[in-house]
Amino acid sequence: MKESKRSDKVMLNIQRAFCYVLLVFLSILCLFSFYILFINTTRSHPDIQKGFSLIPGKSFFINLNSVLNNKNLPVLSGLMNSVIVSSVSAILATYFSTLTAYAIHAYEFKFKKFAFGFIMVIMMIPTQVSALGFVKLMGDMGLMNSFIPLTVPTIASPIIFFFMKQYMQSALPMDLVEAARIDGAREFRIFNQIVLPIMKPAIAVQAIFTFVFAWNNYFIPALLLNKDNKKTLPILIAQLRSADFLKFDMGQVYMLIAISIFPVIIVYLILSKNIVSGITLGSVKG
Amino acid sequence: MMKKKSKLVSYAKWGYIFLIPFFVTYLIFSLIPLVSTFYNSFFENYMVGLMKVGPKFIGIDNYKAVFLHSELLTYLKNTLIIWAMGFIPQIFFSLLLAAWFTDLKLRLKTGAFKTIIYMPNLIMAAAFSMLFFAMFSDSGPVNNLLTYLGLPSYRFLSEVAGTRGLIAFLNFLMWFGNTTIILMAAIMGIDGSLFEAARIDGANSWQTFKRITMPLIKPILAYVLITSLIGGIQMFDVPQILTNGEGNPNRTSMTAMMYLNKHLFSKNYGMAGAVSVILFIITCILSIFVFKFITNDPDKIKVKKKKKGGSL
Repeated sequence: MKESKRSDKVMLNIQRAFCYVLLVFLSILCLFSFYILFINTTRSHPDIQKGFSLIPGKSFFINLNSVLNNKNLPVLSGLMNSVIVSSVSAILATYFSTLTAYAIHAYEFKFKKFAFGFIMVIMMIPTQVSALGFVKLMGDMGLMNSFIPLTVPTIASPIIFFFMKQYMQSALPMDLVEAARIDGAREFRIFNQIVLPIMKPAIAVQAIFTFVFAWNNYFIPALLLNKDNKKTLPILIAQLRSADFLKFDMGQVYMLIAISIFPVIIVYLILSKNIVSGITLGSVKG
Repeated sequence: MMKKKSKLVSYAKWGYIFLIPFFVTYLIFSLIPLVSTFYNSFFENYMVGLMKVGPKFIGIDNYKAVFLHSELLTYLKNTLIIWAMGFIPQIFFSLLLAAWFTDLKLRLKTGAFKTIIYMPNLIMAAAFSMLFFAMFSDSGPVNNLLTYLGLPSYRFLSEVAGTRGLIAFLNFLMWFGNTTIILMAAIMGIDGSLFEAARIDGANSWQTFKRITMPLIKPILAYVLITSLIGGIQMFDVPQILTNGEGNPNRTSMTAMMYLNKHLFSKNYGMAGAVSVILFIITCILSIFVFKFITNDPDKIKVKKKKKGGSL
């Protein structure tokens, strides 16, 4: 008996070691390319051409400086544009999705079931399939090279709506709303001053996801933005890709990629605990 | 009594008012464009140089052209192949990791690993692909490393398997962490007493996994499969950047969305409309399955509740 228990324990340890080996391997797979990216942002063009290295160089600030001041590539304005579009999207999407969820959660009205069903049905429709009509309409409305078509549509975000509604069911007691009504608060004030603060954790998670989604978005912005001073980072990356690659200073190429990737990684690492638990709240619904 | 009734009626008004922003926005920025896309698919409307041809109503001729004279079916096949090349390892590793992470006997320290494997999901696909393009180019770091190790170099982006493999690998990297966490939540939603009973009956890990875990998370596996397939049809950023929109070598890595994008850019609105409608219909058919999982699956609701309280 004792013997078998000990062998069980040995087996378990072997199994555990095997798990960790595979986990470390997968982690390296995830991190390797970012490590190379980081190293190459610190090396000068001739250094990078010379070959592979795992040790950082000394050209980080030179590369940063030259990519930000590159005359052919509006990196600084691209960075600013990306920050603006992503922030506005995050604010609009979370505020109005919470409002929509509150409408369905807190009120009884005739078309409630229909409205909810409708939002659920449109949830899976990808934006790309209506891109043709979208781009034509925006052209007719004179909104080419405007940020309105990239930010305002996030007011109608079915997935965030659904997440907020799920969260409300467990976190927002209607007694609280009733009490505020008895105190004479108007509906709109109740939403802004009572509901929003309670929803803060959910709003934070969804704001991050919306920000990242808008930051990374490429398909639609590429069809709408063609003026240099309006372009966002993904479009600049595509532009860099289509230019004759070898003519470029590789230190700058890596630096531009890093500018697009590292801010997200840093924010993610700071907030990862909230984010990872947030995914599962929303993810089962897509 | 009277008063209470009138109160209820007056609140109903606010329900409608609060729904206005969503529905107005949806109407303008999604519904009208969708209808207009359908409408445009029945017209001949394209550019020859700077000259505009159409719009002229031609019925279903665009659809005929798409099916008979275009390469859409080939590109759909490419999309499906690349998706499968990424999805098979994705579901394999996700299931394995989810089972390990939730195994009470193993008691692995998982926090940091979860953080790391989820990270690629948030990375800008365009930048990630550009990074891979730089790393795997003929004289890039990876080939340098291969030479350094005394191995033959490989022209990743000139070979069918190399290019498709890189796209699939990127898709795998970006999604396996996400899938792992969804499956973990599903496994943690299973009634713990079932695992306890299995343990008392002397079942080993594999038996427990096969007989209890797998059957009970089947609906969520199906959900993961179909949402991934819907995402697969939208595959665009990675192959577009990696191959500069060409789908090289020889268009073997051209996806359906890249084809749509090509028509949109060249302002061939008739064909773009027809391709959009076809992709819309495919997505709708797949979505019906997802919709079923979300709306009437009691197990799912249990999972959701568990997750909220759980210490993920």
